[in-house]
Amino acid sequence: MTTINLKINNQPVTAAEGETILQAAQHSGVRIPTLCYLEGVQAIGACRVCLVEVKNARGLLPSCLTEVSEGMEVFTHTKKVREARKTVLELILSDHPFECNTCERNQNCELQKLAEEFGIREVTYEGAHSASQVDDSAAGLVRDSSKCILCRRCVAVCSDIQGVNAINFIGRGFDTVIAPAFNDPLNSVLCVQCGQCAAVCPVGAITEKSHVGRVWESLEDPEKFVVVQTAPAVRSAIGECFDMPPGSLVTKKMVAALRRMGFDGVFDTEFAADLTIMEEGHELLDRLKRKLVDGEDIALPQITSCSPGWIKYMEHFFPQLSENVSTCKSPQQMFGPIAKTYYAEKVGVDPARMYVVSIMPCTAKKFECERPEMRSSGYQDVDAVLTTREAGQMIKEAGIDFVNLPDEEFDMPLGASTGAADVFANTGGVMEAALRTVYEVVTGRELPSENLHVKPIMGLEGVKEAELKIERTVTEWKFLEGVTAKVAVAHGLGNARKVLERVVAGEADYHFIEVMCCPGGCIGGGGQPRLTTDEVRRARIASIYREDEGKKYRKSHENPAIRQLYEEFLGKPLGHKSHELLHTHYTRRGKYNELLVEEEKEPEKAGAAK
Amino acid sequence: MTASTEKCSCEVLEEELLATLDDQLEAYKGMPGGLIPALHVAQGLFGYIPRSAIRHVSEVLDIPMSEVYGVVSFYHFFTTQPRGKHTVSVCLGTACYVRGGKRVLEAFKQKLGIDVGATTPDGQFTLEVARCFGACGLAPAVRVDEDVHRRVKPTKIGAILEQYAEEITEPEEAAV
Ligand code: SF4
Ligand code: SF4
Ligand code: FES
Repeated sequence: MTTINLKINNQPVTAAEGETILQAAQHSGVRIPTLCYLEGVQAIGACRVCLVEVKNARGLLPSCLTEVSEGMEVFTHTKKVREARKTVLELILSDHPFECNTCERNQNCELQKLAEEFGIREVTYEGAHSASQVDDSAAGLVRDSSKCILCRRCVAVCSDIQGVNAINFIGRGFDTVIAPAFNDPLNSVLCVQCGQCAAVCPVGAITEKSHVGRVWESLEDPEKFVVVQTAPAVRSAIGECFDMPPGSLVTKKMVAALRRMGFDGVFDTEFAADLTIMEEGHELLDRLKRKLVDGEDIALPQITSCSPGWIKYMEHFFPQLSENVSTCKSPQQMFGPIAKTYYAEKVGVDPARMYVVSIMPCTAKKFECERPEMRSSGYQDVDAVLTTREAGQMIKEAGIDFVNLPDEEFDMPLGASTGAADVFANTGGVMEAALRTVYEVVTGRELPSENLHVKPIMGLEGVKEAELKIERTVTEWKFLEGVTAKVAVAHGLGNARKVLERVVAGEADYHFIEVMCCPGGCIGGGGQPRLTTDEVRRARIASIYREDEGKKYRKSHENPAIRQLYEEFLGKPLGHKSHELLHTHYTRRGKYNELLVEEEKEPEKAGAAK
Repeated sequence: MTASTEKCSCEVLEEELLATLDDQLEAYKGMPGGLIPALHVAQGLFGYIPRSAIRHVSEVLDIPMSEVYGVVSFYHFFTTQPRGKHTVSVCLGTACYVRGGKRVLEAFKQKLGIDVGATTPDGQFTLEVARCFGACGLAPAVRVDEDVHRRVKPTKIGAILEQYAEEITEPEEAAV
């Protein structure tokens, strides 16, 4: 690697060949403001906020795009640069609605921050404002075109990272909007509602559809018995809403905050994650047995089903794999019906009065809870889903001094969890949790790996693989003696596609595949505090592993509350009750929703005919 | 909005056209910059680019539909609206604009009940805006198909439209 010597603001700096001025500045402690730039995703030089002056160059250059060269002299904050940036910013602001006080991004908006940083006190350019086009058709997301600054980050994430290509620039010039083809409503196209677009939008143009109002309302309703479940990934990130550093592990403060908000039960989605492993692990063994012993035509590899964005993606892009996807509901949707049946009975609460709130790192979970299949308790199993960001907002609104809260514990029994459930938050985690249990069921011995971690499937590599030789099996699983179990893990739908295309082509011989929709897994979900960079992902991942390693029990089958649940209520994994409450089926959609049966298609047709 | 949702004999025609389109698209497969010429082919076949054609272009060229539509919506020369039998182009070049072109355009919008770029529900007229077509001396000018009408006043547009509408409705005259 060639080293380049240059000067930034008269200070000698070294950079690697091919690096941009922006990157060189970043690792030498010089801050250059940016707006359209998105680390690792896009550097297109569109917004011109990152302009710098380079000696002997004509005009100012966008630093996010300009590569360093030997002997270059860069100036990042000269009068010329500051004035140019200010002009650029004023132009953007001249077509921006001044609704900052009522905007979801108030105090947390990149544009607002830049306006403050540059000391913008008035906008001298008068111009027409883009018409507001609000699309709130989707269950998880709302798009407001009037706030859009056309930075293209959302499009880059949706196409280059997720490979979904749901949205793009539509129209030209002043009339340009970000929308699906034909300006169709978002709920009628193949958008998977992952919210990655909302997670990277620098302003309030794409946000989650708020459930804050309905949650306050139910908390204030004396008739309702309101319980809350918190997803594994939330505890590693919600501290960021209160200016704590990424990766602060705040499980117990979070519990204390929720209790103070008035929830009647503060529970853990991790309880349901342990339950998921019990069901999904046995499902895998069942598939293997039926295939290898009974010679049945059973779909393998089995693919995980925890991530609702991935499920919708599969339904649109890989409907032929719907038999491969585990029939297990996601932990959120296992928690709902267990709360409204088993738990409701235990505490003598009429399930009609019970209101189940989830706190999730995810926007697709809002879509998931409204799916028609998710009513196996006889009621909508999960009533409202708050993103980590919305939960943070509510805690603030409740006037709770989060950072100084005492540590408190989850309520029982639905708050009991093992370390295996913690790692559900990380890419590779569901696989690791499953292997911890399945290996032990089959061999009677603990997973033979350091600290129960499966190294090759940890970390941020897009596609990861591991092999595990199964030896000295117990009698019941003798047929697996000597088998080498092959697993794959993919996160981010673009990576998932690579693996799945090989599966479809018959080129992969995996037994089990974990897919998580968002880069990094749930810790990088579309509902997490902004902005999730790789550095932030790593910090959150590390804190989740810390949480796991500190747990008394680290394997799902050891969770005493889960054992009790099977003894008192469910019987056994894959039993009759489980099938009724904890398993589901999928909808074949196709890329144009052409596989949906006619009646389900009706609303879309009506929309298109307008 | 799409031809595919209408149940009529034109569906058969559309299917034939789509088959022809698929054939012709083969030439643009994997070709860098092939999207725009491919869209020209589609527009040439249909007279506009219907939803179904965009889907075919997306499938055959393996370019996401949102991207294909993005390109279609960016260029003025592509339209996703079926064309009327007649095209009314109101000039908004400088001379025409100054001499009341804008008011003439408003009058056409009113009279036809459509916006710029749209086609009347009976399929007769498509309304467009043009930049100068060299009739500045006699502004404001309007072109209907190949004929240029000069010094058009908002009050005169009814008469202009009638000339063309009559041509078409002639066989049904008795009914009027
Ligand atoms: S939610 Fe995901 S799939 Fe939908 S538009 Fe946003 S990034 Fe694309
Ligand atoms: S919606 Fe947000 S991320 Fe997308 S282009 Fe507009 S401002 Fe940028
Ligand atoms: S950040 Fe460099 S041009 Fe937008």
